Amino acid sequence: MSVTTIRSVRRGHSARRVRTGRTVAYYVVSTVLAAVFLFPVVWTTWSSIHGTQATGSGGGGVGVDNYRRLFDYGEGFGRYFANSVIVSTLTVAGTVAISLLGGYAFAYLPFRGRGVLFIAALAILMVPYTTLLIPLYILLQWLGLQNTLVGLALVLIMLQLPFGLFMMRNSFEALPAELEDAALVDGCSVWKVMTRVLLPGVIPGLVTVALFAFLASWNEFVAPLIFLSDGTKFTLPVALVNLRSGTFGSVDFGALEAGIVASAAPCVLLFLFLQRYYVTGFSAGAIKA
Amino acid sequence: MAFAAPAAVIVALFFLVPLGLSVWISLHHWPLLAGDHTFNAPDNYKAVKDDLFKHAVVFTLKYTAITTVVLSLVAFALALLAQEARRLRGIYRTTYFLPAALGLAASSLIFFALYNETHGPLNDILGATHISGPINWIGTPNNALLSTVAMITWRFAGFYMLILLTGLQAIPGDVYDAARVDGAGWWRTLRSITLPLMRPTIALMMILSVSGSILAFDQFYILTNGGPDNSTVTVVLQIYRQAFFLFDLGKGAALSIVVLVLLLALNSVQFRILRPSD
Repeated sequence: MSVTTIRSVRRGHSARRVRTGRTVAYYVVSTVLAAVFLFPVVWTTWSSIHGTQATGSGGGGVGVDNYRRLFDYGEGFGRYFANSVIVSTLTVAGTVAISLLGGYAFAYLPFRGRGVLFIAALAILMVPYTTLLIPLYILLQWLGLQNTLVGLALVLIMLQLPFGLFMMRNSFEALPAELEDAALVDGCSVWKVMTRVLLPGVIPGLVTVALFAFLASWNEFVAPLIFLSDGTKFTLPVALVNLRSGTFGSVDFGALEAGIVASAAPCVLLFLFLQRYYVTGFSAGAIKA
Repeated sequence: MAFAAPAAVIVALFFLVPLGLSVWISLHHWPLLAGDHTFNAPDNYKAVKDDLFKHAVVFTLKYTAITTVVLSLVAFALALLAQEARRLRGIYRTTYFLPAALGLAASSLIFFALYNETHGPLNDILGATHISGPINWIGTPNNALLSTVAMITWRFAGFYMLILLTGLQAIPGDVYDAARVDGAGWWRTLRSITLPLMRPTIALMMILSVSGSILAFDQFYILTNGGPDNSTVTVVLQIYRQAFFLFDLGKGAALSIVVLVLLLALNSVQFRILRPSD
């Protein structure tokens, strides 16, 4: 700041004016843009605690009526929320465990088919998800997993594996090789090396994988739409889209907005707290790609 | 090796098997609910000649082109802004990126309410500021397309900004210093230094945006439901309807194999065009 100030003083008044003009323009443009990006979220939150149009009691005061109607909607909002928690927990746990073990194997253990398996996993990204949905629908039926949260979670784990394996392989490879050698010389088993010596070093990578898996599974819409047929199994996005379709042609916007806020809150909070890990995951993926 | 076994099982069972199964289903008459699966190749593939599918292909390409151009420009502008070393930069970045923390379904629902003529605030704002009369945001084919592009831009611009920022930060500062010494202005620097050096990052953004838009489903299923008059039915929405509304998994599978081949071809063309020239 001070260096630039000195420079502009030296260059005289016109340069300073240009600089101030640029600064003002920067803040005006940035603030307007920020307002535009925030507006939909703020408006949705604001209207979720205002108005009671569906019950017809009128008035525009602040209240939680929208949330009350939301909690009574369908099988009850609590049920949908719980379903989403179950699917996300299974997906995150599965993705983290499989990526951790797989990433270690890809980084350190020479095994037959290593290259083929890694390419096959990355190929998941190349194939449109839609191409897989129809055969997966049949496959889950054969396995008796159709219309189950476990079946849905298994599909979501598969979709997260390319990123998870890639990320964890890189995390393990980034650790100094001497760490593992030293521990092996000291007589640790492979398992002990992994859990005691290497795990602490790859925790940031694991958090990133977990965060991506959570956001993806919590927000997934198409897979539950196709695989779940029973209303008691619906996850939040499917339940909310049903709410949007309305009953007898009228949509309860208040309850819909309450539902959006309640279902998005965990994602937004988690993201704000773990932003750092999100960005790490990004640069890891973007730079290598 | 035992450590890689779980990954191998998931990849084989939930990716490789379905991929093969998809081809198998596409060669058969395969009703959704009951009935025999009889070999009927290549009848299912004739569904590409359906008018609705052809229209869906044209619409999806148009949507992809518009979205990719708008999204890239907005994301690039955001990245340049968010790159400047100024106070509050972190807050601005987080704000632009915040929509990306929401799901695509949640975003579509938010805009479904925003665009609603009686409930949404947009027409009130237009009226109060005398900018224009009320707009039927998703009621006409063109408006439905543009309103969806606007929603997608809102949802993804910050996400692509982040990708572009990683590219921008990889450009060494002394390159810019040298340009400044040579007296290059802002525009010249952008054209001759920033854009060429960002080529791989821009390529990544384009490939992600094109692939994502070609496979668009959630936004059109939720926001416009393919309407008005089937004008916003995308390829994937048409496949979904073929399989799960018309109960014809065979045709749905055949159409998705076609999409797979088209997308792979498109991606390899893009890789070739956007590949760094060295």
